[in-house]
Amino acid sequence: MRKVFGFHGGIHPPENKHQSLGSPIAQAGIPAELVLPLSQHIGAPAVPIVEVGQHVLKGQQIAEPAGFVSVPIHAPTSGTIRAIEDRQVAHPSGLSARCIILASDGKDEWIEHSGLADYRQVERSELLSRIRNAGIAGMGGAGFPTAVKLAVKPDAKITTLIINGTECEPYITADDELMRERAAQIIEGTEILSCIVQPDETLIGVEDNKPESIAALQAAAQGTAIEVVVFPTKYPSGGEKQLIEILTGKQVPSGGLPADIGIVCQNVGSTVAIRDAIIDGRPLISRITTVTGESVQEPRNYEVLLGTSMSYLLQQAGYQPDGNKRLIMGGPMMGFTVPDPQVPIVKTTNCLLAPSEAELPTPPPAQACIRCGMCAEACPASLLPQQLYWFAQGREFEKAEQHNLFDCIECGACSYVCPSNIPLVQYYRAAKAEVVQMRRDAEKSEHSRIRFEARQARLEREAAEKEAKRAARKKAAEEKARLAAEQGGAGEDPIQAAIERAKAKKAAQAAGAGGESEAEKLEKAVQTTRKRLDTAEKKLAAAMEEGSDLVSALQTGVDKTRAKLEAAETALADYHRANPSTEPVTAEPEVDAAQAAIKKAMAARAAEADKSPEQKARDNLAKLEARLAKSEARLEQSRAAGEEEKIITALESTVERLKDKVAEARSALAEAEAS
Amino acid sequence: MYEFIAQQPLLAALFALVGLGAVFGALLGYAAERFKTEGNPIVDQINEILPQTQCGQCGHPGCRPYAEAIAAGEAINKCPPGGQAGVQALADLLDMEPIPLDEEHGEEDVKKIAHIREAECIGCTKCIQACPVDAILGAAKHMHTVIASECTGCDLCVEPCPVDCIDMIPEEQSLQTWTWDLPEPGRRVDIIATDATPAEEAA
Repeated sequence: MRKVFGFHGGIHPPENKHQSLGSPIAQAGIPAELVLPLSQHIGAPAVPIVEVGQHVLKGQQIAEPAGFVSVPIHAPTSGTIRAIEDRQVAHPSGLSARCIILASDGKDEWIEHSGLADYRQVERSELLSRIRNAGIAGMGGAGFPTAVKLAVKPDAKITTLIINGTECEPYITADDELMRERAAQIIEGTEILSCIVQPDETLIGVEDNKPESIAALQAAAQGTAIEVVVFPTKYPSGGEKQLIEILTGKQVPSGGLPADIGIVCQNVGSTVAIRDAIIDGRPLISRITTVTGESVQEPRNYEVLLGTSMSYLLQQAGYQPDGNKRLIMGGPMMGFTVPDPQVPIVKTTNCLLAPSEAELPTPPPAQACIRCGMCAEACPASLLPQQLYWFAQGREFEKAEQHNLFDCIECGACSYVCPSNIPLVQYYRAAKAEVVQMRRDAEKSEHSRIRFEARQARLEREAAEKEAKRAARKKAAEEKARLAAEQGGAGEDPIQAAIERAKAKKAAQAAGAGGESEAEKLEKAVQTTRKRLDTAEKKLAAAMEEGSDLVSALQTGVDKTRAKLEAAETALADYHRANPSTEPVTAEPEVDAAQAAIKKAMAARAAEADKSPEQKARDNLAKLEARLAKSEARLEQSRAAGEEEKIITALESTVERLKDKVAEARSALAEAEAS
Repeated sequence: MYEFIAQQPLLAALFALVGLGAVFGALLGYAAERFKTEGNPIVDQINEILPQTQCGQCGHPGCRPYAEAIAAGEAINKCPPGGQAGVQALADLLDMEPIPLDEEHGEEDVKKIAHIREAECIGCTKCIQACPVDAILGAAKHMHTVIASECTGCDLCVEPCPVDCIDMIPEEQSLQTWTWDLPEPGRRVDIIATDATPAEEAA
């Protein structure tokens, strides 16, 4: 007989296991629709590899793992993928998550699959990849990917392999039934596991309230090195760390893993799933789930396909929703209320508890903590629950962390014994979440800081580069100037040289095609103005046709352009008159721009003087008329726009004045013509 | 030596003290040069508490300038992204009384992430230049997009957008981000069981 150790604290709640132990495991059958959440395990959600409308066979992989800590999902029966959409899932939040919806065809047709004839002959990594590909995640309730748990570091020596058949939580009997009925498979699975981790000893831990299971396991384990260890019933002996302490007397270090002290622990359900995957090549597509509570007529265990809706399973057990205030997934200690009975069964659903109000009453309101210390006595992790409670309530999460908040396994023993009915576990869950959030925020802010600083550095570098380029250019220019100065003759100033150059250029321009370019310019001006006038007129015509309200504006535009054209034409005519032939401009290179301008002005004046008085008067009249037209147009525009009185009066007076001037010019012209 | 001490105790004491003073003075002077700290170390500690959104809501161009300003005596309640928890952390660090968040600089809000309505983006790169953490990807005349995991939700890209195609969307809750809340205090706490039912009926 092996020495059995104990652990601190623990409680003895009513077991309530007999209700569901009356009859053997029943097959739940194939529902018409299966809803398979992509996230049934701890880690990254799986990624669908099927398309809507695709036909799949039983056991076919329909989603692949996304990353190392993830597992695939397989079709629990043959059928057609109906949808890949968000559905409500079994989660305390009541949130929806992405699910694959499979419509079963009722044929339950298997995909071709085969197991390993002799698993002892294959590599350890091959066994692990088979376990991973079978989609196995811890079936005790946490759902941690089994292959990840088994993939211990090669240098870490595993001394003890523990198979957890404790099932300490009240009401749940899924593992108990499994051990009673499938003890041989458990032993086979255990042998596969011990082949993978190569432990010195292999133990199966079972509480002493399951005598049938113990007998069955002991019978099946005959002739193997596997030892079935029986120990007194106490909640929560089934917790991984507690079971390790019971069986080996060793404590898993705070924040550590069992592998750190050479121990690997697996649930019996997972062990059978591993056996099925290796020996039969069957992926994880179903599990044993207890349906119990006073609101079901026939509490018992079912082998149920993953993705089956809870209501379908409850119906089979004779569910009476009237007396059932809340439906719980998991046990009464660690389970959570399911938001809606339509949600699917997943890999971690070990129990559906439908209690009556009398059986599991609504918790009475919490009262003040009286510091009785009963929680500290019950705590299996040797924590100070009331202290953690105060810290959580006061939002002093750092202190809670220092008091080993993260060693809390959320077993609920403290809440169970609390005379003030304080929902202690909820405080710890919230505090843990806050701490995790704070860590995440700190990480993110550190990341942002690095990015911000990198950006600042980049901007500075870019500015510096620009500045350096500018400086280099400046230096090069100076160097060039210096060289030029040295070559071109000492004492000559570069600025002076530049001025000279500019002068020379201007002179050349004036000399090159002075007269001609002037005439060309004028001609060009006339042409472009004419062209503009044409387009403006066309536009005006179009606007008039359409009756657009832009007509007046366009009209002014046309008038203006016409006036400009006239002016341009006059200027051209003047120029031709002034320069009958191409005037030979004999401008010497040293003549500067100012002098050229003076010359031009003088020429213009001379031309003016040359004009006959008649011509002068006509020019004057034309100019004035153009101005008058412009002013009138402006006045019209102002009136149309309803501008201020002042402006309109001013414009009116301008028009008047111009009219007078035009009249004057007319008379002058008449005089000139007469003379 | 002994003779001198015995005969001139006053002078001996004086020499001894002056000598000691000179030695220690030299030592301290050397240490001050040798172990000189660059900058103000408290600034780094303050900067670590600030959320690094670089949003400028405090009136400073980034978190570090505000950390420097706090070290120089500015109020600690000007950082809305840090929230009241941030003020508390700063108060703890600086051994000050925590004060309520100054609402002049904005209110504490849920975490948001910028989202560009890509169909409307004209590719002007103005938001890219505004982003303090280079979380916007794009090129001139090409559609831009926000790298959600890098976005700090600072809001700085919204204003420069000429076509108003940037939305600040609250972070969506998923199974991975959902967490338990602290039990609701107040009504359900600190009352006697028999009081609970009528209260609930009344409500």
